[in-house]
Amino acid sequence: MSALSRRRILFGGAAVGAGALLTACTSNTPENNAQVNTNTDASANPNAAPGQKVVIGFSAPAADHGWIAAITDNAKAQAAVYSDVELKAVEAGADAAAQRAALSTLISQKPNVIVMLPHDGKELNAAGLEAMKAGIPVVNLDRAFPDAAAYRLQIKGDNFGMGLAAGAYIGEQLKAKGVTNPIIGEIPGIDSLELTQERTKGFNTALAQYGFKVANRRPAEFTADSGQAAATALLQALPKMDALWNHDDDQGIGVMAAIKQANRSEFFMVGGAGSKQAIDSISKDDTVLKATVTYSPSMASSAITLARLIGQGKGMSDLVELQVPKEITLASETITKDNAAKYAKLGF
Amino acid sequence: MITETAPPEVQTGKGKRRLDENVLRNLGLVGVLVLLVIIGIITRPDLYSDPEWVKDNIFTILQQASAIGVVAVGMTFVIIGGGIDLSVGAIIALAGVWATTLATQSYGAAGMIFCALLVGLAVGLVNGVLISYGKLVPFIATLAMMVAARGLAAQISGKQTQVSTNTTINDIATTRPLGIPLLVWILALVVAIGWIVLNRTTFGRRTVAIGGNPEAARLAGINVKWQTLLLYGLSGLCCGIAAIMLTSQGTSAQAAMANLYELDAIAAAIIGGTLLSGGRGTIIGTLFGVLVFATITNLFAINNLSTEVQNMVKGGIIVAAVLIQQFRYRSLTQLLKR
Repeated sequence: MSALSRRRILFGGAAVGAGALLTACTSNTPENNAQVNTNTDASANPNAAPGQKVVIGFSAPAADHGWIAAITDNAKAQAAVYSDVELKAVEAGADAAAQRAALSTLISQKPNVIVMLPHDGKELNAAGLEAMKAGIPVVNLDRAFPDAAAYRLQIKGDNFGMGLAAGAYIGEQLKAKGVTNPIIGEIPGIDSLELTQERTKGFNTALAQYGFKVANRRPAEFTADSGQAAATALLQALPKMDALWNHDDDQGIGVMAAIKQANRSEFFMVGGAGSKQAIDSISKDDTVLKATVTYSPSMASSAITLARLIGQGKGMSDLVELQVPKEITLASETITKDNAAKYAKLGF
Repeated sequence: MITETAPPEVQTGKGKRRLDENVLRNLGLVGVLVLLVIIGIITRPDLYSDPEWVKDNIFTILQQASAIGVVAVGMTFVIIGGGIDLSVGAIIALAGVWATTLATQSYGAAGMIFCALLVGLAVGLVNGVLISYGKLVPFIATLAMMVAARGLAAQISGKQTQVSTNTTINDIATTRPLGIPLLVWILALVVAIGWIVLNRTTFGRRTVAIGGNPEAARLAGINVKWQTLLLYGLSGLCCGIAAIMLTSQGTSAQAAMANLYELDAIAAAIIGGTLLSGGRGTIIGTLFGVLVFATITNLFAINNLSTEVQNMVKGGIIVAAVLIQQFRYRSLTQLLKR
């Protein structure tokens, strides 16, 4: 019996020690890399002068991906820049139903403006309408509400344009090299999502203008390990390739790893979204990654800036209109070695 | 002190027949593999005519099967022991994320590996305690762990992809001792150890015994609760190994990694002939199950066929495997009744 209890003590002690050791290993100092508009010089921009106080309610899905995490971080960082903005961020929970519930609570608190990135535009459309009906202007971020009455401002990225930009870059490069019948690979993200389908549609449209088409397409799931698996399969299927478009720089970490593991370098690659790591790698120019097409989470910073103007009833000072426009679609820009330095601050 | 009793020898006469059946089943899986390769040769003769490519392709398939193979070995033990572990994907994510925090990375490769193994083992043991001593149904306990472990992983990683800057870890995926990828060596080692433990140790015989009939096992003097606890710990440990393998392959870890690995691992075990109700199964069968899936993925990739069809085919194969299993089992029992 004493042997048993000694064993238990040893075992328990080891468990406690291991636990303590492990807990120490969870510390992570995140890089602060938010993209904010710090133009608060009132003499240069009358809109920057502190004005009427605006309470902005903010709701975005719980981040499971670097891009969504950057959206929330950017919104918070931008709100902190303005002395006249108070940000009330509510966790949107795991799905559309949870976000709807969270929004009802938010509406009852009567913020001046609500900025919302819905889980799904169609499913949250009613919540947008409800807020608008309660007299709270809604800024619809990225995932569009189908109903124009459900938002005061819609600001989003351009998925089709992203594919178009990637296709145009690849087409131009291959044309310049004089490749007539190129082998082009594509690694999209989760294939069932509308955004993925739009990106692919744009990509094919642009390639068709050069008379090119995609030789093989292996979808991943926006995660590095799925990107590695998809890229490995793709590289195996195409022993020789001329160009590759990977839709997402986060899964691109795995795609780049797979390319290195397969020891391949005969092609060039274009990324998507515009992560800090991808932009750094492009400017160093030491891998196959030669360009990335943006889908920048900086739109969250802009959404907060515009929500503040809407709350204060001001327009965008460069435009003639006295109010903020109703719809803004960001252009998808192509980052290459030549302009990487300029875009470095937009990387997330 | 537990009295060591001889492992309950299952009816010797039928044991022989059961062995034959396992060999038969594995031969069937080899047949499926050969069939898949033949389809590959017919559809892409241009690729298969290059011996260098073929060699490369075999290694690619084995490498892509390596992490899931290690998990499936642990899963096979759990299922043979009458349980199920739905949390393996989440444990991999948690172990991977934990091993790639800036703090852990500062301890170097050994620290990262130690951390991943320890986290995997610890989470597995928690599963085991909940199931054996907390008397939770394995399905519920591991389902809860699946959600909770991913949640903790997201919390630790701050929902970001954590890049591994440790070259030793990242090189695991590229080094090839004796011309064979290290990942394949790891898989081979885990499979070999798994086979020995299951077939040649009392631990293995106890696992089969508690899965086949826990009450009989208890009466035979086996500490069923302790054995169950160890099985989930073993599965967790396998997840820790897989976490390092995947982290090395993707040079990073994140909370959403190893998505749906639980289903792939369970499916591989089922195809390999492991009885979902416990008490029967083989490590080699599971290995073939994993290889069949990896070869299908490869076959679809080289022919540029959509992953939707690929998933449908995989589903079909699972159903077919279970149907064959039931049919065989039924005809066998009918045969014995006569």
